[in-house]
Amino acid sequence: MSNTIKSVSDQSEQQLTDLVEQALAQAKQQGASSVETAVSRSQGMSVTVRLGEVETVEHNRDKSLVVSVYFGHKSGSASTSDFTPAAVTDTVRAACTIAKFTAEDPYNGLADREHLATDIPELDLYYPWPLDMDEAITLARRCEDTARGTDSRITNSEGASVSSHEALEVYANSHGFMGSVASTRHGLSCAVIGVEDNGMQRDYWYSAARDAAQLDSPEEVGRVAAERTVRRLNARKISTRSSPVVFEAPVAASLLSHLTAAIRGASLYRKASFLLDHLGKQVFADHVRIHEQPHLRKALGSAPFDNEGVATKARDLVSDGILRGYVLDSYSARKLGMETTGNSGGVHNLTADSGTYDFEGLLRQMGTGLLVTELIGYGVNMVTGDYSRGAAGFWVEHGEICYPVEEITVAGNLKEMFRGITEFGTDVDLRRSTRTGSILVDHMTVAGA
Amino acid sequence: MTELLKTARNTLLEPVGIDDQDLDRLMRRIMDHQVDYADLYFQYARHESWSLEEGQVKSGSHSIEQGVGIRAVSAEKTGFAYSDEFVMPALTDAASAARAIARSGGDTKLPKVSWSSGDAVKLYVPDDPLATLGDEAKVRLLEAAEAEARRQDPRVKEVMASLAAVHDVILVVRSDGALAADVRPLVRLNVTVIVEHNGRREQGSAGGGGRFGYGYFTEDDMALGYAREAVRQALVNLESVDSPAGTMQVVLGPGWPGILLHEAIGHGLEGDFNRKGTSAFAGRIGEKVASEQCTVVDNGTIANRRGSLSIDDEGTPTQNTVLIENGVLKGYMQDSLNARLTGVSSTGNGRRESFAHLPMPRMTNTYMLAGQYDPKEIIGSVEKGLYAVNFGGGQVDITSGKFVFSASEAYLIENGKATRPVKGATLIGNGPDVLTRVTMVGNDLELDPGVGTCGKDGQSVPVGVGQPTLCIDGLTVGGVEV
Repeated sequence: MSNTIKSVSDQSEQQLTDLVEQALAQAKQQGASSVETAVSRSQGMSVTVRLGEVETVEHNRDKSLVVSVYFGHKSGSASTSDFTPAAVTDTVRAACTIAKFTAEDPYNGLADREHLATDIPELDLYYPWPLDMDEAITLARRCEDTARGTDSRITNSEGASVSSHEALEVYANSHGFMGSVASTRHGLSCAVIGVEDNGMQRDYWYSAARDAAQLDSPEEVGRVAAERTVRRLNARKISTRSSPVVFEAPVAASLLSHLTAAIRGASLYRKASFLLDHLGKQVFADHVRIHEQPHLRKALGSAPFDNEGVATKARDLVSDGILRGYVLDSYSARKLGMETTGNSGGVHNLTADSGTYDFEGLLRQMGTGLLVTELIGYGVNMVTGDYSRGAAGFWVEHGEICYPVEEITVAGNLKEMFRGITEFGTDVDLRRSTRTGSILVDHMTVAGA
Repeated sequence: MTELLKTARNTLLEPVGIDDQDLDRLMRRIMDHQVDYADLYFQYARHESWSLEEGQVKSGSHSIEQGVGIRAVSAEKTGFAYSDEFVMPALTDAASAARAIARSGGDTKLPKVSWSSGDAVKLYVPDDPLATLGDEAKVRLLEAAEAEARRQDPRVKEVMASLAAVHDVILVVRSDGALAADVRPLVRLNVTVIVEHNGRREQGSAGGGGRFGYGYFTEDDMALGYAREAVRQALVNLESVDSPAGTMQVVLGPGWPGILLHEAIGHGLEGDFNRKGTSAFAGRIGEKVASEQCTVVDNGTIANRRGSLSIDDEGTPTQNTVLIENGVLKGYMQDSLNARLTGVSSTGNGRRESFAHLPMPRMTNTYMLAGQYDPKEIIGSVEKGLYAVNFGGGQVDITSGKFVFSASEAYLIENGKATRPVKGATLIGNGPDVLTRVTMVGNDLELDPGVGTCGKDGQSVPVGVGQPTLCIDGLTVGGVEV
């Protein structure tokens, strides 16, 4: 049945391994001194129900082969979704052709042999969900029905979706490394619209997990989506002021993503970071610890090795508020005269340790200030750290939410904002690969009327 | 158009031995269920990119994306599946998955697939842009841009430049018998510089492109111009002071600041949001939503523009759609699904990122027509405010209507004169009323240099924006200076 998701792993692991070997051999044949290749196959389904009726049923089925070749220190790369032998040959040739025209760069090349993962831990990331279309429709309907029934002010909907995806990825290089990871990701989401005197508001909620058994119930997702929408109704603009700000956990992860963007290798060797030369220096207050946990079982951000086959490992990026490590791949590490940190492709389960307060406790700690629940726009300058983004949320007085606010901006400089983080809440959002609770920043400029 | 159909056929169907009968068989398989409309979207796209840093082109990449998207629509329901293999068993599977949205027992009396489709105007030359310059020359072009940037000023510390091209061949087969093809070139060159003075670092960025070959960057030294512009912006930012915070008069420069229209007005006027009633503009056709000086269009028919298309991704010729005329809301942008469900015609705005994505209403080139004021007169009329001439990205919440866009080059206006540069600030406003507060529209309409990419529901498509100089009375500026 094409409406049921078939397992990708059993049928194609051998096929992908063969393909990887074919690409490596082809590159050698065409004269490459070293080569690496990544092959993946993924498939899935997502179903959206809107106002009780099925709106879309989408089936995904993708595959890709990427090959990077090195001729000494010259490199080129190419990719294709066509797995026929002729296409693989053409792709390798395209990569080799590019390498003829790129410049000699002594830092180019595969990861050093000694950093490659030798012992590949089983991280428990593969939980196929034998979900058929009708079942998915039923789940989405339950979710949306709950949302629409939660409050009479919910008058419209963008729908509820159920999705299930699985992927198999194989990476190999001419140092003899070959590793594969099979993973799944399932989700439930809902977005509804509410109306009151001064207009409409929309908000959403979602649940995501490797194992469908760990998803929140459709009713829970629907109820939270409705509550989040209703609480935004009759939002007002506030006057321009300076105030403390709590970033609610779902948007707080964006602050940590600005940290990783500022300490990744490419930003550093290009000198395009406001945290240039900050290794070993105080970047946060003393209480702050931010670390990577790549081997958490079943977690959304786990990976046994990075995009170059380098072993991932648990480590502190920040402890006692001091920047302890950068986010490097082999190329940027060599340029900086350092060693790779296993972060080709990004960080894995970046985690900010929580303090003692839950969400309500954090609001009480803030006393009077702004709670931000939504951020829009791209007003972040990584070179200077200047930060100015559109926001919506709530005005809080004496630790209590007073009224919703919108059409305002929050602005500051990330360097000062990081230093000004006084608390990480215990309300950690586990739905993404960056894990943090709500964050209290001591002061920012809020622009409004 | 027959020439394009021939190219598409030669690229997409002939090499894999798919003929008209196979297309007919696939369509019948879908329409065997109670399906109102279906389409097959064949695509073959080749991309390349080259990038320079530290004076050298150290990396390049090449990729091929190909596949067939199959869509079946029954009332408001859409079934969608795709295959990245051009072989009948895989396409038949995808057709079966797509039609499962509807019950069996459809009417399979189909109009005959006709290879003579409409005669849309060709807006660009259907050549492969990757082949318009030798690989060696591509590398030299980036090196020349780098050298030009460094020549401008000793404070230039880092230069990054990139060059990219796409050669996209598509074929749309529709259940109403229409068949359409397009061959779409797209090139882009970008230069980013970092300057340093007395320990302070700032960046500047410029670029452009469109639907033509690489020759555009070498003729008239366009690439060198981007390099000079990136340096100019970065040096201005070295002098910038903190931006004010609060609501004030804002003058927006011509061209790329038209991102205002894209965010504040454009998304809210897309047909899907309005059919569903989720846009702040829903049900407001005929109402006054802007000052009488404002006329805004979405025009996909301008030759060679990044946002232009001869036909959209559903095979409908693009058009010049009036969205707001003299302040009055005139119309929405439609794809075929939303047009049919609301009883209007498609405006040729049905677009998709690739065969692996569903089409939806998207913008092409969205801009405001010129008004009567001299730009100097507009700035001169402001006693105290902000003059913003360059922007990064923007975003909108179409339901509440709140939108933002972030300035990357802006100046204070003091007593009718643009004075000190200020650090980039995010501007925030309310879409349905921001244009009612436009007090002056300039006579200097410009379109952007060809750099826009719009994201919606996870799909990216190239777009254009434009506007003349505008004065808005009361927009919130998200600076830090209270």
